[in-house]
Amino acid sequence: MATREVNPHQPGIDPATGEYRVIAPGQTFRSVTEKITRIVLTPYTPLGWFMLIAVAGAGATMLLVAVTWLVLKGVGIWAITQPVAWGFAIINFVWWIGIGHAGTLISAILLLFKQSWRNSINRFAEAMTIFAVICAGMFPLIHVGRPWLGYWLLPLPFTMQVWPQFRSPLMWDTFAVSTYATISVVFWYLGMIPDFGTMRDQARSKAAQYFYGLLSVGWRGSVRHWARYETASLLLAGLATPLVLSVHTVISFDFAVAILPGWHTTIFPPYFVAGAIYSGFAMVLTLAIPLRKFYHLEGLVTERHIDNCGKVMLATGFIVAYGYGMEAFMAWYSASHWESFTFWNRAFGPMGWSYWVLITCNLAIPLTTLWSRRLRRSMLFMFVLSLVVNVGMWFERFVIVVTSLTRDFLPSSWGTYRATKWDYMTYFGTIGLFVFLFLLFVRFLPMIPMSEIRTMLPGAKIKPKVAAEAGD
Amino acid sequence: MPPREGTYGLLAEFDTPGDLIRAARQARQDGWRRLDCYTPYPVEEAAEAIGFHRNKVPLLTLMGGLLGLGAMFLLETWISVWAFPLNIAGRPTYSWPAFVVPAYEWTILWAGLSAAFGMLALNGLPSLYHPVFNAPNFRNGATTDKFFLCLEALDPKFDPASTRSYLETFAPVSVVEVEY
Repeated sequence: MATREVNPHQPGIDPATGEYRVIAPGQTFRSVTEKITRIVLTPYTPLGWFMLIAVAGAGATMLLVAVTWLVLKGVGIWAITQPVAWGFAIINFVWWIGIGHAGTLISAILLLFKQSWRNSINRFAEAMTIFAVICAGMFPLIHVGRPWLGYWLLPLPFTMQVWPQFRSPLMWDTFAVSTYATISVVFWYLGMIPDFGTMRDQARSKAAQYFYGLLSVGWRGSVRHWARYETASLLLAGLATPLVLSVHTVISFDFAVAILPGWHTTIFPPYFVAGAIYSGFAMVLTLAIPLRKFYHLEGLVTERHIDNCGKVMLATGFIVAYGYGMEAFMAWYSASHWESFTFWNRAFGPMGWSYWVLITCNLAIPLTTLWSRRLRRSMLFMFVLSLVVNVGMWFERFVIVVTSLTRDFLPSSWGTYRATKWDYMTYFGTIGLFVFLFLLFVRFLPMIPMSEIRTMLPGAKIKPKVAAEAGD
Repeated sequence: MPPREGTYGLLAEFDTPGDLIRAARQARQDGWRRLDCYTPYPVEEAAEAIGFHRNKVPLLTLMGGLLGLGAMFLLETWISVWAFPLNIAGRPTYSWPAFVVPAYEWTILWAGLSAAFGMLALNGLPSLYHPVFNAPNFRNGATTDKFFLCLEALDPKFDPASTRSYLETFAPVSVVEVEY
């Protein structure tokens, strides 16, 4: 990468290190601490926060209504039927899980690659992961029809002596998603422990001191603790990396192991993972751009972060484009009548419009514009683009799930699919729940990892003079 | 059990990580063994300076991972072959390639939980009380922007007066006595 000569006097370059600056100049340990803790510890909640949480709370309430009615009436209130037995629920499940993946990518994979720019955005990206997994995990559970029997998915010793069937990818999903949720929560919480210590020590009110004191589990910053903590973080990052790749791979097996044309393909695992990261980075931008403006965090989440996210989206977007291309190629190259018909049906059938929405939103718009540095650094453009990509990725899952199912091998079993109001209420309700949880996180937890930001500040550099003196 | 009253140790405060590392290295060289540093972010060199080089977290993680792998694979095999054999399109009951996926997930699950909770347990956390928090300047600094070296009273070299003057040779911001 770094083959270009950098001019040390360029404004974006840190003169001390000669590298691109990721944090605005003039920050100290104390200024960073105060900036981040004050967002949480202030007694004055911004009015805008109340307005947003009211809207999001209304959405979450709508979800509650939709799910309550679902439990009372059954999955018949949704549009699922034969032949489309997997409708919005599975589309939303895959979409939400995919969004979550960028959080793990930022927190784990970029940590292993020593991409220190991630430090500013990893905490809220991880929060995004957890809330997205909460929204995602709900869908298969309510889709089974009798959610109160969801525990049958687990290998538990029941009196009826029934055990799960481990040769099914749907069973693998149970373990992949539950492991992913658990490890994400643990990784997120572990990352916050030192920051909870800071919050405890910065808090003025007794209640806040107790609250953050308990959450900090008595963290005191001993270097012995730090050493074990760093080892554990690194190991968790190393474990989360194969985990995040495996989760969407397993989800793609739900489709790829079936014999349905349009699903039965080996390109699915890599293509699903790339799509997940693509949509996840879009969601990171959707959240980061308003957040940095609203809380005046431009010095910590800089244009460079947004720029880098844009580059990751460009790369993963091209992998997704390759996936689409390969699907079209295999439809022809397989010489299978069913495969080529499925592809024709996707693009030009009765629901062909959805395919062109996805091509426009995922390929045509982002992959032409993201090359421009000027556009990648335009906050308004990146925000709109992130919404476009999220819509596009939702339609990708719609195309995969619905158009493949509506017309399979036997024309007499062909059908159609039209979502009901309950489908829409559940889907938009999860968006409400997601935003609601995210707003609570922003208000009550430190959204930028202070201890990790401190390591990037000029004060953390150990002066060579001192090291030489002490080295002897 | 350490004594529950009296002096826990002497706490020297520094402004920069470099000063702390220099002091810690010297103290270790001068024979101090019961000492600790407190920093607001991980300072690897300080851990090295007080002679803390390796830890047991990786071993615990490995053990947890192997346990998860073995537990899940054996559970799947037992369920599918003995407890509840099902004929699914004539496939063998012992379909080990299919069992790899949940076993793989549990390897990660148990390794991850072992890393996280093992780290906390080795650190002696959660702990509701620790004497260093009694130092008046600790809470405002140790988790924000100050660097501390604590020479503990349990060290045989400890003596309130001479240890204080010893710490003062490192030119710290302050030296305070920490009570239990």
